[in-house]
Amino acid sequence: MKRAVAAILAILIFIVLGLAFAKIPFGNVNLEDYHYYNPIQDKQTSDSVPAHYLKEGKNETGSTNIVTAVVVDYRGFDTLGEVTVLFLASTGVGSVMYIFEKEKRRKVRRANAVVETASKLLFGFIILFGAYIFVHGHLTPGGGFPGGAVIASSFLLLYLAYPKFHAEHKSLNVAESLAGLTFVGVGLIGLLVASYFLYNFLPFGLPTYLFSAGVIPIIYVAVGVKVGSELTGIVDAMMGVRE
Amino acid sequence: MIPYYYIASIALIALGFYIVIAKKNLIKIIIGLDMMDTGVNLLLISIGYVKGGTAPIENGNYPIYVDPIPQALVLTAIVIGVSVMALALSIAIGLYKNTGTVEIDEIRRLRE
Repeated sequence: MKRAVAAILAILIFIVLGLAFAKIPFGNVNLEDYHYYNPIQDKQTSDSVPAHYLKEGKNETGSTNIVTAVVVDYRGFDTLGEVTVLFLASTGVGSVMYIFEKEKRRKVRRANAVVETASKLLFGFIILFGAYIFVHGHLTPGGGFPGGAVIASSFLLLYLAYPKFHAEHKSLNVAESLAGLTFVGVGLIGLLVASYFLYNFLPFGLPTYLFSAGVIPIIYVAVGVKVGSELTGIVDAMMGVRE
Repeated sequence: MIPYYYIASIALIALGFYIVIAKKNLIKIIIGLDMMDTGVNLLLISIGYVKGGTAPIENGNYPIYVDPIPQALVLTAIVIGVSVMALALSIAIGLYKNTGTVEIDEIRRLRE
């Protein structure tokens, strides 16, 4: 009975959303064609927001990757809030697992020799790959969030291979706090140097070079370290106390 | 004619909705929520597509790029989705530790 109702509701949602989205054009949009009313200049402007980002993004932020320019520079404050949400989720997982923790230690068997040796070999390379992803966030696809997730996955590998492995809580906390302080500190320096928070105060340099785009690489390295330590903390809390 | 990217993403949303309503297992419900999340992300990304466009990374080789704004929004949405998933899964683990089951019906029966 409940299943039939659910199926009918799901089919209704499918039909309604399908009819709603049938009119939205797919692919044949010209980003230059949008016109919108600009209240400051009191006229219709022909420059839509994505067209402006694509045309001027490289000159205004120095970042080759326009998505990074949007995420870290134009919407940097939003990214600060996003990192805060991830931090809250990490502390929430920790506290929920602490509340439900029973004093029972879980028995965990040792993994076999192949897994242990391979994880010992791969651990450093996976961390290196994660660091590569977030250091090159302004040049190639990627950035702080995927890089941090890759770093956390290397720690997950160690947790799966070694039953007694535990990441140092103190060093995780230190890394996370330092990264968060770097993010906010860079923003506050921007506030002091110019008139607004997260102002890009460093010289842009040559585009497509590693040392370019001003504060964007600094912020993305901070985000990568922060996301990596937070996700490692989540993995650590979910693994629980093991023997 | 609806493009098949929209059909696929709307099908993901509808399937996730069905799973959330019909299933009794907490882990399956969380998987359904994740499927709805993925469907919404795919819908946003496919609305921002421009025919013949490449990823918005300006190295001077391509004239056309896709819309960068939905991609930036989806980057945020993925992180928020991961946070929600982690919290939901930790609560499910806690319920399993306390009650020994992840079936909603049995948890409700234990409470009475």
